[in-house]
Amino acid sequence: MHREFLMGNEAIALGAIAAGVNLITGYPGTPSTEVLETVAKNRQENQYVEWSVNEKAAMEVAAGAAYCGARVMVTMKQVGLNVASDPLMSLEYIGVKGGMVILVADDPGPISSQTEQDTRRFSAFSKLPCFDPSSAQEAYEMVQEAFAYSEEYGTPVFFRPTTRVCHGYASILVKDVEEYSLHKAEGFVKDSKRWVIFPRLSYQNHRKIEERNERLSEVFSEYERNRIYPEEGENAGTRKGIATGGISFTYAMEARDSLGAVRLFKVTTPHPFPEKRALEFLEGLDEVLCLEELDPVIERELTYLCGKYHLPVKIYGKLSHHVRNAGENTRDSVAEDIRKFLGEPDNDSARHMGIEQEREAPCGTADKGQSAALAGEAELPAPPALPVRPPVLCAGCPHRASFYAVKKAMKGKKTIFCGDIGCYTLGNAMPMDMVDTCLCMGAGLGIAQGVGRIEPDTSCFAFVGDSTFFASAITGVVNAVYNQARMTLVVLDNSTTAMTGHQPHPGTGQTMMGEVVSKINIEAVLRGIGVQVVETVNPLDHEAAVECVKRVESEPGAKAIIFKSPCIAVVKASNALKASEDRCIGCKKCVRELGCPALVIKDGKVRIDDSLCTGCTLCSQICPTGAIGGGKNE
Amino acid sequence: MNKNIVLCGVGGQGTVLASKLIAECAMAKNTPVMSAETIGMAQRGGSVFSHLRMGEGLYSPMIAEKTADLIIGFEPGEAVRMLPFLKEGGQVIVSARPIMPITATLSDLEYSGEEMIAYLRAHVENLIVVDADKACQELGSAKVLNILLLGKAVFSGALGFSEEEIKEVIRQKVPEKFHELNFRALGYAKQHN
Ligand code: SF4
Ligand code: SF4
Repeated sequence: MHREFLMGNEAIALGAIAAGVNLITGYPGTPSTEVLETVAKNRQENQYVEWSVNEKAAMEVAAGAAYCGARVMVTMKQVGLNVASDPLMSLEYIGVKGGMVILVADDPGPISSQTEQDTRRFSAFSKLPCFDPSSAQEAYEMVQEAFAYSEEYGTPVFFRPTTRVCHGYASILVKDVEEYSLHKAEGFVKDSKRWVIFPRLSYQNHRKIEERNERLSEVFSEYERNRIYPEEGENAGTRKGIATGGISFTYAMEARDSLGAVRLFKVTTPHPFPEKRALEFLEGLDEVLCLEELDPVIERELTYLCGKYHLPVKIYGKLSHHVRNAGENTRDSVAEDIRKFLGEPDNDSARHMGIEQEREAPCGTADKGQSAALAGEAELPAPPALPVRPPVLCAGCPHRASFYAVKKAMKGKKTIFCGDIGCYTLGNAMPMDMVDTCLCMGAGLGIAQGVGRIEPDTSCFAFVGDSTFFASAITGVVNAVYNQARMTLVVLDNSTTAMTGHQPHPGTGQTMMGEVVSKINIEAVLRGIGVQVVETVNPLDHEAAVECVKRVESEPGAKAIIFKSPCIAVVKASNALKASEDRCIGCKKCVRELGCPALVIKDGKVRIDDSLCTGCTLCSQICPTGAIGGGKNE
Repeated sequence: MNKNIVLCGVGGQGTVLASKLIAECAMAKNTPVMSAETIGMAQRGGSVFSHLRMGEGLYSPMIAEKTADLIIGFEPGEAVRMLPFLKEGGQVIVSARPIMPITATLSDLEYSGEEMIAYLRAHVENLIVVDADKACQELGSAKVLNILLLGKAVFSGALGFSEEEIKEVIRQKVPEKFHELNFRALGYAKQHN
């Protein structure tokens, strides 16, 4: 064993490697991405890694391997689980032979997701056991245990860290290479009664699953990570308890240290719920506060147990309005919740608590010391108005040019711009304001088609990135062509998966194992599907791009434009441009229309921040006085 | 020795590397360390922060309000944003160079950062303001801001690490071609107190 400073996701990856994982598939999604990347970087012999086209495909590839007895892992974020739910729900009925850990990272806040959905609930829905780590060290150890449970009970299991576990770092103890387990898959053994899902088999297996989960509830009650603090004996007289799990457990422990004695229950396997251990915890308590992020899973379970066993324990949490029912917990919100819970004798009337402590602060930032104000402490005076910093398209981002070209070409026409998930979601920001809808990966195509059905006079655009095109847009194109929809697909091809950190995809000509492979050509795919009009153009050539949009949009049926220009992070920038003080008349057209962060106004004239400008030349093409030059133009 | 440190700035400024280097220093002394940072969409020009904690008996990588011993601000407004985390008597090391958000440019707002520095001066006793413009100009690179601020933290004694300890970590964790520049940045931080 030795110590390393690891991100939670890296710890999970090294844990999986140490457990002898044979195959890992996934689709990138914050906060899950680094797990697969770390396995790829540190993989041992006979460990296969791939980014799949989407979560569904990833799940299917992994299932096949697990049928053969391989130890497999699939990685995704909570929203990605929706994509994979189809194979997942059936897979639980079929079961697996090799250990299968489905890593789904949840994102309370949400910090970079469309929803706050809770995988612990999905776990109950799909009947899969769920492991919920609270720290990087625990995640490292627990993922190895998760493989063992999965194999022992023949079921895939969820491993469900949240953002602060995934992206937290700690100096943790890890195994040396010699200590890794080797896992050899025995291979696929034909048995149609086992591997082919039939209604009769489903019925039988459903019964087995329910029995197994009851048994697992007992097993998990003995699992040492479902733990009660303090250990037996100490502070037996306490009448108040806290039930928690995941990162909230760590916040509660630190608050508890400063707030005094209270019995604490850490729930590590929210499903199947460790009932016996929970009863042990509830024994002798009057009141319990449940502290958890996302859904009130622990709270519901405890409330149910109190009813089932007629226990006189009051359970407080989100359902009782004692804590906020959305958003991320923080060190301070948890400390505050605990302080109130311990300090307030009459908790029956405590509904006001939830209202008082409503916070709007984004995760991790302090909200003007509101909690301290509630506790009556001295406060910092309000600071001067802080600069607002929403995420924006980078300086020189080719997506800016693409959006701008479409906007110019469609000026004065009735349009809808359907967005998608990726960097280009940032096209919603001013001054572009080019994203009218955004639902989930690949959904833009469908929405565009739907709107066109109801409003035939609207020019419907669907924007999709190159990675998202492969992930889940192709099916949407197939639908559009087959059903004769009138729409324009705009593929923003920047030759990478930029938002999640530049992973390769089928269009980049490289795999995660480092092999150079032939690129799958998006234009050819579209033609193959049957799209008659497909044009490829460089969005940084503004005039040509506008002309192309006008031409293609006027064609009937489903047609496509591919804006091809690499992400600024994957190519070397050319020289920064310069704005001439003499020629700039301060009209601000460049700033107002493009909003490139490298354009700064000083004394009424435009300056270019040369540490940001990539020399894309877009601003120089639209400046009416030719004030901007240099870079490629010189 | 337990320490809570907040590093904050704007996406792309190098806060993550700085926090990694501090963590490595702690590990070299066998001090347990934990941290958490912003990743993903927020990185594109948005506010970013990194919480870093060292010492025994830690559970959470996140820092509570009013408990940070040190805030290293890569941008004046971002340091102010994180100020509620500073404990009484805690130290702030901040770069005076503002980064203009595009939203401000679009709405014709001026943002010079001076107001932010004034606010910090008024409310932080233990404050070091770094003239990053001047330093980066003299050092001939805008990329050394993180090492410069780190150097300030080392030489002010706020981190509890020696110059040699931080140098050793840079030697190990930063590509060799940047060593010379980084050491010069450290030297600059040492001279200009
Ligand atoms: S050339 Fe103009 S638009 Fe392009 S990155 Fe530089 S300042 Fe921005
Ligand atoms: S468009 Fe040209 S003239 Fe107008 S503000 Fe920008 S640089 Fe100056």
